[in-house]
Amino acid sequence: MKAPDRYYDFQKDISGCGVFGVIHKNRGLIPGDIPIRAMTCMHDRGNGLGGGFAAYGIYPDLADKYAFHLMCDTQAALESAEHVLKHYFTVHESHPIPTRKVLAIKNPPLVWRYFLSIKKDRPQEGRELGEQDYVVSAVMHINHKIPGAFVFSSGKNMGAFKGVGFPEDIADFFRLEEYSAYIWTGHNRFPTNTPGWWGGAHPFTLLDWSIVHNGEISSYGINRRYLCEHDYLCTLMTDTEVVAYELDLLIRKHGLSKEMACKVFAPPFWDEIARMPKQEKEAYTALRMVYGSAMLNGPFAILVADSTGLFGLNDRIKLRPLIVAEKDDMVFMSSEESSIREVQPELDRVWMPKAGEPVIVHLEA
Amino acid sequence: MLFQPINRNYHDFSIVRDKDLCINCKVCIRQCSYEAHFWDESRQKVMHDNAKCVGCHRCEAFCPTSALLIQKKRSDFRDNALWRPEFIKYIYKQADSGGVLLTGMGSPVNIPVYWDKLLLDASQVTNPSIDPLREPMELKTFLGAKPVKLEFSKTKDGSPKLKTRLTPNIELNYPLMFSAMSFGSINFNLHIAMARAATELGICYNTGEGGLHKTLYQYGKNTIVQVASGRFGVHRDYLNAGAGIEIKVGQGAKPGIGGHLPGEKINAMVSETRMVPLGSDAISPAPHHDIYSIEDLHQLIFALKEASEYRVPVSVKIAAVHNVAAIASGIVRAGADIVAIDGMRGGTGAAPGMIRDNVGIPIELALAQVDQRLRDEGIRNRASIVAAGGIRCSADVVKAIALGADACYFATAALLAVGCTLCAKCYTGKCPWGIATNDAKLAKRQNPDVAAKKLVNLVHAWGHEIEEMLGGMGLNSIESLRGNRDKLRAVGLSDTEMDILGVKHAGR
Repeated sequence: MKAPDRYYDFQKDISGCGVFGVIHKNRGLIPGDIPIRAMTCMHDRGNGLGGGFAAYGIYPDLADKYAFHLMCDTQAALESAEHVLKHYFTVHESHPIPTRKVLAIKNPPLVWRYFLSIKKDRPQEGRELGEQDYVVSAVMHINHKIPGAFVFSSGKNMGAFKGVGFPEDIADFFRLEEYSAYIWTGHNRFPTNTPGWWGGAHPFTLLDWSIVHNGEISSYGINRRYLCEHDYLCTLMTDTEVVAYELDLLIRKHGLSKEMACKVFAPPFWDEIARMPKQEKEAYTALRMVYGSAMLNGPFAILVADSTGLFGLNDRIKLRPLIVAEKDDMVFMSSEESSIREVQPELDRVWMPKAGEPVIVHLEA
Repeated sequence: MLFQPINRNYHDFSIVRDKDLCINCKVCIRQCSYEAHFWDESRQKVMHDNAKCVGCHRCEAFCPTSALLIQKKRSDFRDNALWRPEFIKYIYKQADSGGVLLTGMGSPVNIPVYWDKLLLDASQVTNPSIDPLREPMELKTFLGAKPVKLEFSKTKDGSPKLKTRLTPNIELNYPLMFSAMSFGSINFNLHIAMARAATELGICYNTGEGGLHKTLYQYGKNTIVQVASGRFGVHRDYLNAGAGIEIKVGQGAKPGIGGHLPGEKINAMVSETRMVPLGSDAISPAPHHDIYSIEDLHQLIFALKEASEYRVPVSVKIAAVHNVAAIASGIVRAGADIVAIDGMRGGTGAAPGMIRDNVGIPIELALAQVDQRLRDEGIRNRASIVAAGGIRCSADVVKAIALGADACYFATAALLAVGCTLCAKCYTGKCPWGIATNDAKLAKRQNPDVAAKKLVNLVHAWGHEIEEMLGGMGLNSIESLRGNRDKLRAVGLSDTEMDILGVKHAGR
């Protein structure tokens, strides 16, 4: 799309962070207590301006419905957003997300969740779209056009819970100890220049994708221009938005595998490519030529979950920490080994993934 | 009647000779191709004629006793903000000659140099800077069209296999190329030096419009062959000799006009290479007479692709003019794989001064607009952008790439590297430094081995500096800088200028 006027005039998010993720390969349910304790252990990696969790497998009874989590500044904003939802979807269930009052959480927004399916007779503007594009367009409609309303989770049988506060306080607020999931990710944020905004906390989600991210993407300026060329508008001033949209573009629209998408984010160095056998050399040369503007340059460790699994990735010179551990059918990924040991002292295997080398864990089918 | 013509008085330079130091060795006489120094028989000593001095500093550099000093002539005209000295002198000259004022090299006029108004970013605390002496730092660049997306299949061992077929690209080890300078405008010694330097560096040089001498075909992998309106030296083997073909539509120093290599510069070797008669003027028409519109360009691009069997990318070089973004968009849609944009400060071997100093726009503004336009139209991947015209140093290159260039062409800097002093008299064919001359006695002042070494050194030096700046910004690969205008901030520019450049003001 044509870049909007003054698209170059943006404030970039700068933050350090702590991340944690755990997956049970056979969809065994992991209690919320595990990620909460792990994140609490990494309290010092944040400054109380953002914390959050994503959980997969939490809505088994409504697993075929899109679970929308909304945060709204006012009742009026919630009503406007609900009006939009009803325009696009059939609402099967809706209620406030259960919360409790927490001393540390000041002025929380209204948080509400909806279980939705796509209307049989779609509105005119959405008839040509594929199902997922249709859902994304509804999310973008609310996030860009309804002041004070924000969809912070829109996948199936999964949900994000996030806000301004330390992760343990956010978990307390959302009563996350009451949930069990087969994938959990958690995030503790240390922003240095963005005001505390509930929507700006991690995880960042789009459809089933959820991302927690520790890092500053120095290539942000070109990544967002590249995404704009492909009709994604970055408006949230956070690097993580870029990761989410690129995943959507590379995997959903361009059909790349998770492995190749990771190689776009953190490609092999040219001197490594030079040493590869001919066929791989050709593949990675082309990958770098074509997707150079999508490369994530700068320090990062990201954890990405979707309905098929969890993966972790470092930048290609490993400027942010990421450690992986296994215990039976569970795989842990974290900024710090201490947080893993806190919740699982005995581990079968612990290792530091090499720079730029993705660790991809698939759920058993 | 004046005692002597006005022009003899109002020359540009004075030669100051220290009488105590001068030993009358006559080196200055032998070095000066403009005959500013001469032996005075009656006085039995070396004398000089200030009016003939072009300010090339050759004599000063070669004087064994450092007896010479070349200065701007100190006689000043009365201060006048409107009638500045250059305009007064133009009129004296034209009143004498009745002709167009010729000049050489890039424009010296005081139009804003936006490179100087743009500042780069560096990492502090929140992300680490990267030390290029300890970590890999990548400058490799590919020029040419790229598909929007790729398809891979997986082989049995799990390794990816590319299914998409790519069109040809030029691979460069640095985002730099020696810009077009024709054989004829500069001599063979420098052409062979550029060819060797480009080969050693893993970059390309551009032949310019004067053809390619047959002994240089061996450097083809590092050569871009140019096709200009005069079609000098263009034939099938030539089109197939290089790593790319460039259609020269315009030149930043003289947008809208053609070229003229005077017959004096056409010696046997130039004549053979250009396929023009010995000693005859080689005149390039202002337009290509087979390109009167964009659809004609489309045909020429594909004629050249057919002639080279689609083995090399085709570039189209234009001067930066007012509607450059729309023109570039048309060029990409016409099938060009590379768009080279030459800003108004670009050099030339010969151009009318009025054109050079008044026509066109600065490369920074043109580049920013072209890059944005191609992105807005979703066709940025279909062509690479090469920025040219007044690239002075590695910081200019970094800023150009951050604005959106894939690579930069540079020529003036390359000539400076081999001794040019920007005296701007290239069109006379008497270059005392042996550069813009085909006079055998002068041309031999350039040793191809030494010149190649200087060019290699310059690119190595710039490469190191680019790596340092990249690393400082927390980047370790040039593609993460390309179009990353967040790495630039403006100082002292208006809102309109910043909007055109797509950068924020420093402090924001």
